[in-house]
Amino acid sequence: MMTDANNMLDAKNAHELNKNSGLKAIGSWALEYIVTIIFVLFVLLGFAVSKDVSLNYFFSELNSRVFRNAFLVLSLIIPVLAGLGLNFGIVIGAMSGQTAVAIARYYGLGGVSALLLCSVMSFFFAGLCGYFTGKLYNKTRGQEMIASLIVGYFANGIYQFLFLFVVGVIIKVPATHPMIKPDGIGIRMTVDLMPVNKGGLKYALDNVYKIPFMHALLILALAILLVLAIRYWQNIRRGHAHKNRPMTFAFNILMCLVIAGISAHAIITKSSLMMIPKVPVVTGLLIIGLCFFTEWIMKTKLGQDFRSVGQSQHIAEVSGINVDRTRIIATMISTILASWGQLIYLQNMGTLNTYNAHTQIGLFSVAALLVGGASTSRASIKNALFGTILFNAMFIMSPEIGKSLFGQPALGEYFRTFMVYGVIGLALGLYVWKANKKNKIVIE
Amino acid sequence: MSETLLCFKNVSKSYYGNTVLSDICFEVSAGEIHALIGENGAGKSTLMNILFGMSVIHSTGGYEGDVIIDGKKTFIKTPFEALDAGVGMVHQEFMLIPGFTITENIKLNREITTPNIASRVLGKRLETLDMVKMDADARKALDTLSMDIEEFTLVEGLPVGHKQFIEIAREIDKTGIKILVFDEPTAVLTESEAQNLLAAMRRLAQTGIGILFISHRLDEIIDVADRVTVLRDGQLVKTMNTKDTDVVEIAQLMIGREVTITPVQTDAKKISDEVMLSVKDLHVGMPGEMVRGIDLEVRRGEIVGIGGLAGQGKLGIANGIMGTYPSTGEVVFNGNPLALNDPRATLASGIAFVSEDRKGVGLLLNESIELNIAFTAMQVNGHFLSSLAGWNLRNDREIRENAERMIKDLDIRCSSSLQSTGSLSGGNQQKVCVARALTQKPQFLFVSEPTRGIDIGAKKLILDLLLRLSEEYGMTIVMTSSELAELRSICNRIVIICDGRVEGILPPDASDAEFGLMMSGSRGLTKNADLEPVH
Repeated sequence: MMTDANNMLDAKNAHELNKNSGLKAIGSWALEYIVTIIFVLFVLLGFAVSKDVSLNYFFSELNSRVFRNAFLVLSLIIPVLAGLGLNFGIVIGAMSGQTAVAIARYYGLGGVSALLLCSVMSFFFAGLCGYFTGKLYNKTRGQEMIASLIVGYFANGIYQFLFLFVVGVIIKVPATHPMIKPDGIGIRMTVDLMPVNKGGLKYALDNVYKIPFMHALLILALAILLVLAIRYWQNIRRGHAHKNRPMTFAFNILMCLVIAGISAHAIITKSSLMMIPKVPVVTGLLIIGLCFFTEWIMKTKLGQDFRSVGQSQHIAEVSGINVDRTRIIATMISTILASWGQLIYLQNMGTLNTYNAHTQIGLFSVAALLVGGASTSRASIKNALFGTILFNAMFIMSPEIGKSLFGQPALGEYFRTFMVYGVIGLALGLYVWKANKKNKIVIE
Repeated sequence: MSETLLCFKNVSKSYYGNTVLSDICFEVSAGEIHALIGENGAGKSTLMNILFGMSVIHSTGGYEGDVIIDGKKTFIKTPFEALDAGVGMVHQEFMLIPGFTITENIKLNREITTPNIASRVLGKRLETLDMVKMDADARKALDTLSMDIEEFTLVEGLPVGHKQFIEIAREIDKTGIKILVFDEPTAVLTESEAQNLLAAMRRLAQTGIGILFISHRLDEIIDVADRVTVLRDGQLVKTMNTKDTDVVEIAQLMIGREVTITPVQTDAKKISDEVMLSVKDLHVGMPGEMVRGIDLEVRRGEIVGIGGLAGQGKLGIANGIMGTYPSTGEVVFNGNPLALNDPRATLASGIAFVSEDRKGVGLLLNESIELNIAFTAMQVNGHFLSSLAGWNLRNDREIRENAERMIKDLDIRCSSSLQSTGSLSGGNQQKVCVARALTQKPQFLFVSEPTRGIDIGAKKLILDLLLRLSEEYGMTIVMTSSELAELRSICNRIVIICDGRVEGILPPDASDAEFGLMMSGSRGLTKNADLEPVH
């Protein structure tokens, strides 16, 4: 909840600067992050009404979900910055990833090396698909989001054709293979990916190295502390002291210290918090690596072009930037990252839900990003990570709320769906509303 | 003055046989500020499009004559070639990205980068931005303009004057810039901002850059320019040293005497003293044509012209009263107060409108001529409807009859009344718009830019029609037009709008100089008593 608090602090700073518009500033801040606020309140409500959710259960659930999904959500950032909006088309990346996994599974490959091979294969599949999706987005300028949603469904049709018909009818496969349907045509609904120690892909990445949750938290808190300090110092050294916000900085440092303190305490006293399952280090490092990659690419010429194109295609065009190409590159990067995100997701799930695993990926990832405070034109790593945590917290809490308020966990399931679509609808509506407000004609 | 940087030699251009520039010759020297002045449509923008190699020139058959830059005959095909040749432009509409800092805007697509491992493998585009160097460069450009704003400020929310300076900073940051074109740079600035800008222009000229200064503010031209070239109807009227001339002469040369349409004033019609429309303190929020407080009275039977340069707010008046753009103020029509921002009520009260935006507001382009003509009368006045068991149905026969009468009366050239209006020529589209307004049987007519984009023959027809409406039917007309000549040919009086306010009211036979001075808002510059407006 750090980001949230930061934003609140920023709003407070603004309040001090301009006392007259203080209330207004808080109002507009609340409007800006209305989605985030609703979710925080929802999760807090969950804790308030349901008695049998232990912190341990909550964290262990959250833990596995966040590691599973964060990569996918992060893959959405670049298209947003490049002005393509929310790329629902990452489902195409997910399908590419699944195709690679299906191939590896068919030939009985397993372990980290097989996963590496999958990532190389999906790089090419997703790259190619991303190229064509990007071309499509250039043709449907201004309607990229709806185009991405529809192209996802279209690709799903091709995917099903490939997996249900081509495999078996055109490409001959033995009907005895465990992932092929008994009649020898098409791939089964669910394919077991086999545990990694039995030569499969399940946990191939997660099980490489694991450390206790609290240790990870301690290390993470200290690492963030270090990064913050270095950035603060670098800003001063480069003469960008204006970028430093002392209040925010102090608050972040405090938060890190508190988290580090709690973790250290738990480790020393071996409290019940140590019972939370261990975290996969390599997966974590990959997610952190993607964060750094996104940061880095936005600091290159290409990243600057993404931002230019995202802000104004017209001005970018007349300044000589190849707008179409830049948008295609952004789509390709996003699709490839999504395919890798799906690999991480699948190796954690351990089963390939052949025809369903990818269908919700687009909607859920987009919703998670929006929950983190992003909009169709603005997204950051903070938004993605915070959103993933909060969105999954909602997922864990909603059956609990359903259970304790209505006596039926199933009602909580309805909540989930309602919240996912509601969030997307609200965010899109707010975006249009804000744009209209901005363009409102004034009489002089 | 020293070497010649830019020289136009016998430059001519025509669009589809319609000559818009003929035989333009003038030059800009190093260190000189050369002003270019002319009414709307005098050919300034066409000349600049040639200089910048805009595609509109080349897709319509190029131009004749030579453009000589720095002694070399240059044929510029794209704006980027213009940049390579050392020609820069400060745009009237800002080419700035609001969410970027000043540095990022100045260095847009010219970022300074340093190679890294990834860029060595995957190409130049992955090189890291060197923000420190970029900031330093931006600082230097800003310092040249003596702007003490911090280079890392976001452009969003900066005052217009600052944005203009950032545009200039971007141009001078480009290496090898020799000629800088300022396209009406002060049009959007406040007075003090404009003064700063002019001072900056002088400083730039001192560094040896040649400046082409397009403006319609005569006082600024006298103030800052070394020489001034006057264009009128695609012809170069005169190039003069500003020392040897004054605002009155420039204004006179700019307007000139239009001979194509002769004034056809008759005494036949009667203008009563009864005020038909009275407007008090009208403000209209029409982007680009802001009206900032106008008082106006129109008497029954009159033709009132509204003139002025583009962007000064003349178009906003009719749009504001008709309710196409939000407006405030007090409008009384026929003794009854008129509700603003309610187009339906305004139309129902007997006011019709022929919009300047023919294709956007004026016509339903995919619908037939007959439906277009009947549309407003049907929607607002309930004409052309027949009632059947409580349902209002369209009466196609009446619509057709009316359309055919109009087609005959107004000489609309079409294959049938069912032809879609989108496929008509500009002049015939305009006639359909007028026919639609007339079908409403209005007492009062607003006509905006009735002859825009219409050939000369059709122009005459439209103007004659307006005159006939006024004389035969006693219709009161307010005509807004950028073409002073046509206003002078049919109007009883001409209201000149400048900066969203009424600058003055002139009779059609007032002198060229009076019109010129009033349109450029520089009346106060002369002490000549007999140039006072005549009411």
